[in-house]
Amino acid sequence: MSLISTLARLEAVDSGRAQPLATVRHRHLTDRPLVLVPLTTAGEAGAPLGALVGTDREAPRLLSVAQPRDRDLRFAFLAELAEAVLPHIESYADAVEPAARKETDPETGKKVDVEVELCTDAAQLIVPSRAGVEFVRLLGRSMRFRRTVEDDPDTPYPAPARVPLLGRWLTHYGERARVPGSSLLLATTDLLNRHWATGQSSLEDQHLGALLAWVDPPGGGSGAEAALRAELERDRAGQLVCPPAGPATDPAFDNKLLAPAIERFDRARTALATAQDGPDFDTRLGEQSDAERAIRSLLAGVLLPTWDAVWRSLDLLRELPEGARAEDRWTRDRWSFTGHRDRVRAGEPPQPRRDDAVTAAQKLASRETAQAQLDAQEALDDPLVMAGRRLAGEAFVGEVAEVQMAYSESKRPSPRPLVTVRTAERPHLGERTKVYRSLDGDPGRSQTAEFVEYASEDPDDGTVCLVLRITDRMGRGKEPAPGSVPEPGDRIAWTLFEHDQRGGPKLPDPENTPWTHGGPPGSGGGQAEQPDSVTAEDLL
Amino acid sequence: MTAVLDPGAAAARATDAILGDTLRGTARGIVVDSPPGAGKSTLVVRAALELAAAGRPLMVVAQTNAQVDDLVVRLAEKEPGLPVGRLHSSDSDPYDKVLDGLDNVRKSAKAGDLAGLDIVISTAAKWAHVKNVEPWGHAIVDEAYQMRSDALLAVAGLFERALFVGDPGQLDPFSIVGADQWAGLSYDPSASAVSTLLAHNPELPQHRLPVSWRLPASAAPLVSDAFYPYTPFRSGTDHGDRRLSFGVPSDGSGPDRVLDEAAESGWGLLELPARHTPRTDPEAVRAVAVVVRRLLDRGGAATSERSPGPVPVTAERVAVGTAHRDQAAAVRAALADLGVTGVAVDTANRLQGREFDVTVVLHPLSGRPDATAFHLETGRLCVLASRHRHACVVVCRAGVADLLDEHPSTEPVQLGVTVKFPDGWEANHAVLAHLAEHRVHWAP
Repeated sequence: MSLISTLARLEAVDSGRAQPLATVRHRHLTDRPLVLVPLTTAGEAGAPLGALVGTDREAPRLLSVAQPRDRDLRFAFLAELAEAVLPHIESYADAVEPAARKETDPETGKKVDVEVELCTDAAQLIVPSRAGVEFVRLLGRSMRFRRTVEDDPDTPYPAPARVPLLGRWLTHYGERARVPGSSLLLATTDLLNRHWATGQSSLEDQHLGALLAWVDPPGGGSGAEAALRAELERDRAGQLVCPPAGPATDPAFDNKLLAPAIERFDRARTALATAQDGPDFDTRLGEQSDAERAIRSLLAGVLLPTWDAVWRSLDLLRELPEGARAEDRWTRDRWSFTGHRDRVRAGEPPQPRRDDAVTAAQKLASRETAQAQLDAQEALDDPLVMAGRRLAGEAFVGEVAEVQMAYSESKRPSPRPLVTVRTAERPHLGERTKVYRSLDGDPGRSQTAEFVEYASEDPDDGTVCLVLRITDRMGRGKEPAPGSVPEPGDRIAWTLFEHDQRGGPKLPDPENTPWTHGGPPGSGGGQAEQPDSVTAEDLL
Repeated sequence: MTAVLDPGAAAARATDAILGDTLRGTARGIVVDSPPGAGKSTLVVRAALELAAAGRPLMVVAQTNAQVDDLVVRLAEKEPGLPVGRLHSSDSDPYDKVLDGLDNVRKSAKAGDLAGLDIVISTAAKWAHVKNVEPWGHAIVDEAYQMRSDALLAVAGLFERALFVGDPGQLDPFSIVGADQWAGLSYDPSASAVSTLLAHNPELPQHRLPVSWRLPASAAPLVSDAFYPYTPFRSGTDHGDRRLSFGVPSDGSGPDRVLDEAAESGWGLLELPARHTPRTDPEAVRAVAVVVRRLLDRGGAATSERSPGPVPVTAERVAVGTAHRDQAAAVRAALADLGVTGVAVDTANRLQGREFDVTVVLHPLSGRPDATAFHLETGRLCVLASRHRHACVVVCRAGVADLLDEHPSTEPVQLGVTVKFPDGWEANHAVLAHLAEHRVHWAP
């Protein structure tokens, strides 16, 4: 934890209210995010219990599974979820703009611009917590290898038509969420934790109710007290007043309310199965519907507080203006969205269970680039984040005291002006350490300088003078282009980190995987990806 | 076990076996594990020269530019007439200017310009950008345990066969983002190059250098027991072969007494009162700086097998090691306040592969309220405790043993991942137990 976030946490403890960690919003929020609040069944991995889903905070759609261990009911739930989610995703798939992408021409081997489609916006998915992101991933994994009747008419337990497709999209969203700074699938707790520091531990910060209580205490009282209530307060029946944000439910809810309701449903269903005809059948059907309705109302009771908390959090986040470079990262999300749309349309098979060696290395490299880029962009967008980097010696602000013209020692001397900067900060500069500054009017580009020496120290006011040599972005001439060299009196923020990231080297194609990494995938006798086989666990 | 060979003969036998496999063996890869200071660089230079002499085109992959330049200089020292290519990046100042003075070293940013030279050397990062060239018959991969699996993936297409040399006890490669999703896969891109190589090619011959020429007889047994319990090594020198002495007697202060203890026994622990502190603990940082200052002021002199008489321990022969960069920066500032210059102050990551007469270490767990995986990492402590030829002084707050007991390692178990042994917890306890015998209390 950085010194400045430690300070913010101490101040939060002191004041009883969460303290800002950012002055702008560092994640893009679309106008119409799809909020998904899922619940899972205790003791059964990947068995959904219910969900609230929708883009309208006033009209959530409640999905429920009356008996979570029944595979038919589970598939019915997943089919309904597909109906709620896929049309939203698909509504973004056709609004496109032309864009250029660099591709290697197979004949000449040169990079050429190819015109392709880029979706003008992408569907955004918001879940309450990190565990929710994990659950989205799990749902994706459990669905994308299923077979429908269309895939194979003989499949013994066919999945509803759109379920595998939903699985592929959820898998894509879950995988994209691992890219630092991406916003296709966001956890509300992560969003709040990025922008506010509370006075509780980071483990407690995973509790959406407690976290929101720190940031926005009801009635404007103490956030610390409200958070404690959110964690612990129970009603007379022993139920949490602020139910957990899921997907796991509170054991007291499971034991006292949910289990009896599911038992009642099971009894009604068994009775209905043995019913004869006429009025007897109608009565028992009515009993089963009542039992199902009771479960739905229980689930709605524990889902709605979380649903409201998610929307309240989004309101709070929208009060912050979006950071200037967040849009740039959202464009990458749009590329990712468009890419997956194209793979689905091209009829490519579902994402494999495991990445091959080349794909894994590519993903790791691109995520590392994204992380470095995110760190730089957040600092450049937000003076409060930059303050943290300055405090850590990774950036400094100083006033230009003097500029002295100098030239490189080569056949065609280029300008290498020496700039003396006075600063009260203590950056970690070593010999020839590179520093960077943003160029006005060109936010994407930065100018590089290198540290030469400390010129003088003034022990009275604690400032130091340091000499920097500017090394680029001054044009091609012998004299630097106008405005490309700082002038005395300029106050400039210099960073020790680069403003933009270069991509890594190109890796071999998977079919050229070298011997050190096991050779091409499938060469070890392995088969291409097959759909999941039906196992005994699939049958109740 | 046959008769115990003397260190020189044992090392020569290991080297001969490695060179035999390299020049005449049929395996595509050979792995050589080398404990700290066991002559890894000497081995790389020798293998390179013998391959070149046999007329086999060779590429050498090192991890940093400093390592590459160092290798080029060593090759030129041994064989000034050998044509060597230094492939470098297109940044400004891509290589050490010393290379400009070497006649047979050609430097270029393009691999094509260096085609046909006997040996071409570069960093893994630069090699990864080399495309569309004829593959080399042989490669030597230096510091292979510090190379990440994905970096090897990017360069492995450039060679047919390779000699992988490295120290398994030092810091593992790391990634700045989570890589748990690939944990347990044989080609986990965040794992070390050697673990991927051996997972896919378990039949490759593995060798080990058995003698540390750097570590003194006082340090080799501890480092071997604590960090290499299953692959022990010994020191090339015996007790009494090396001596550290001071021209100025002790003034009775903590720093002087710990220096005397370290000179006598090879180890010294300067213990400050227990306290939770920020990372840049001002008292501990100052204590480190004072120890260094006194070491230089008291006219330290080192006697070793390298020279007949005592050699003064100057600033260049001293290093300070820390866990974090801000700690290194704080120590540098404290040393500057005391008027000390020329001492290398850096983190464990950057001190890897370097050698000094005396090291002063700020213990990674000093003053911490918790023991995280980062601070417990075996390799970090191993690097810090194995840079010295004569003595190592550790500066630490009291109470680290209790801290360790309160924080047993709780890393999640990942299926398919080889458990690293010893774990950092165990290694830290082993080192602390040894240091406790050389404890000196800080008296203000």
